[in-house]
Amino acid sequence: MFKNIYNWIDERLDVTPIWRDVADHEVPEHVNPAHHFSAFVYCFGGLTFFITVIQILSGMFLTMYYVPDIINAYNSVEYLQTQVAFGQIVRGMHHWGASLVIVMMFLHTMRVFFTGSYKAPREMNWVVGMLIFFVMLGLGLTGYLLPWDNKAYFATKVTMEIANSVPYLGPVLKELMQGGTIVGAQTLTRFFALHVFFLPAVLLTLLVGHFIMIRRQGISGPL
Amino acid sequence: MAHGKKSDEKIVFVGDSRVKKSKGFIVPPDYTAYPGKSEAFIPNFLLKEWMVGVVFLVGFLVLTIAEPAPLGFPANPSATIIPMPDWYFLFLYEYLKLPYASGDYVVLGVIGVTGVAFGALLLAPFLDTGKERRFYRRPITSSLMILAIMAIVYLTNGAWTHYSNEMEATGQKAEHIQREEEAREKRAKGLPTTNAIATKEVAIVEKEDVAMESYKKAGCITCHAADMKGAAGPSLRGIGEVHDKDAILTIIKEGYGDGKMPPMYDNAIAAGLTDKDVDHLAEWLAKQKAE
Repeated sequence: MFKNIYNWIDERLDVTPIWRDVADHEVPEHVNPAHHFSAFVYCFGGLTFFITVIQILSGMFLTMYYVPDIINAYNSVEYLQTQVAFGQIVRGMHHWGASLVIVMMFLHTMRVFFTGSYKAPREMNWVVGMLIFFVMLGLGLTGYLLPWDNKAYFATKVTMEIANSVPYLGPVLKELMQGGTIVGAQTLTRFFALHVFFLPAVLLTLLVGHFIMIRRQGISGPL
Repeated sequence: MAHGKKSDEKIVFVGDSRVKKSKGFIVPPDYTAYPGKSEAFIPNFLLKEWMVGVVFLVGFLVLTIAEPAPLGFPANPSATIIPMPDWYFLFLYEYLKLPYASGDYVVLGVIGVTGVAFGALLLAPFLDTGKERRFYRRPITSSLMILAIMAIVYLTNGAWTHYSNEMEATGQKAEHIQREEEAREKRAKGLPTTNAIATKEVAIVEKEDVAMESYKKAGCITCHAADMKGAAGPSLRGIGEVHDKDAILTIIKEGYGDGKMPPMYDNAIAAGLTDKDVDHLAEWLAKQKAE
């Protein structure tokens, strides 16, 4: 029956080529840890994606409770942490996942770097990967403020001072980021919007590019 | 189904994917190009990878249960706290404190070195253009990266040591630990553990009581304000939830919070209050409870 449903859809939308592009390819021996244990270094990229998915899912659940304003931000996080069933675990996953994704991404970058996989024809994919790295750092930076506790508040003040010290553009950059002259209500809503809408949108776009390029160019050959 | 040979599929594909073979484009390598035991991505490889993923997920969940995500006290611009970014920014934070990256050289620090380092990383494929891929055959590229990693480790460690020393010197404890300890104590006493910012205004209980006059006379209003909402000192509305009468009397007589509030008893007496009045004031304050 599933076959019939599939064929019915396929006749109308021609999905088989897409499906084949996504899924139907082979994994060469030199990247398969089942054959060469040292090939586990090729898992870091996949694990980064795995944690990114965890981050997106746990983040979606967090926004069910989180309120981005200066009074309720802390209150809602505290409520989520102490009252909501499994709230502590979901927030824990998002908090620790944020660190782990950086670790995994770093390891993945180092694997690509030291195996020279960024060389022709894969230069563009390296650049896209680095942009993903920067977006991830941006997500970490904006997410750090959201619980609106003292640690978050003062760290963001330092960030603003650093932004301010950029020549010429600094003051403009600072005011743009904090949405005013102080770190306050506007900063919080702005960081929230960046963290939940803008940066994830950029991230997903870049990820699609990253994956399409991997499929087009294949995994780099054995050393 | 992609592998089935005698299926009833409309289109049968040969080769790796649907990418069109045309002149000038990079043709994805046919996997026969990699002699050896290659296997299908779906389902063979993905199932194995998922097993690794499950082991990873279990470890991850154990971490989240064993170590709850930290949460401090609500942001308060007048709090004294040593600012600390997330750990993966520590190396940048420490680096920007170096003499040649701060003060007069801040432009060099923020734009110069950082820009060159991150720019070089971003454009690595266009800087390291040789055909050689093995890292030990690319000594310059590899050693630059190893040097950068060593610098990051050194700077991160420096920032953390500096932070720990400063915390110790000022006798501070990380706020999320402090909050957890306080919550544990409060829970043991059966008090509410929340640090939430009050959104509902707590009314003054028995506003017409003579104690209100004593409150104004005794000089409490200088710090706690005429409406008891607090100014230099904290709000006293709902103070009865936190301290009982005896505790309040002790605070009036001995001060509070390591000299943040001075002893006010003598002041009150000097302002013409009797010991009985102060006792009544404390009793009245202890009655200040929400609802």
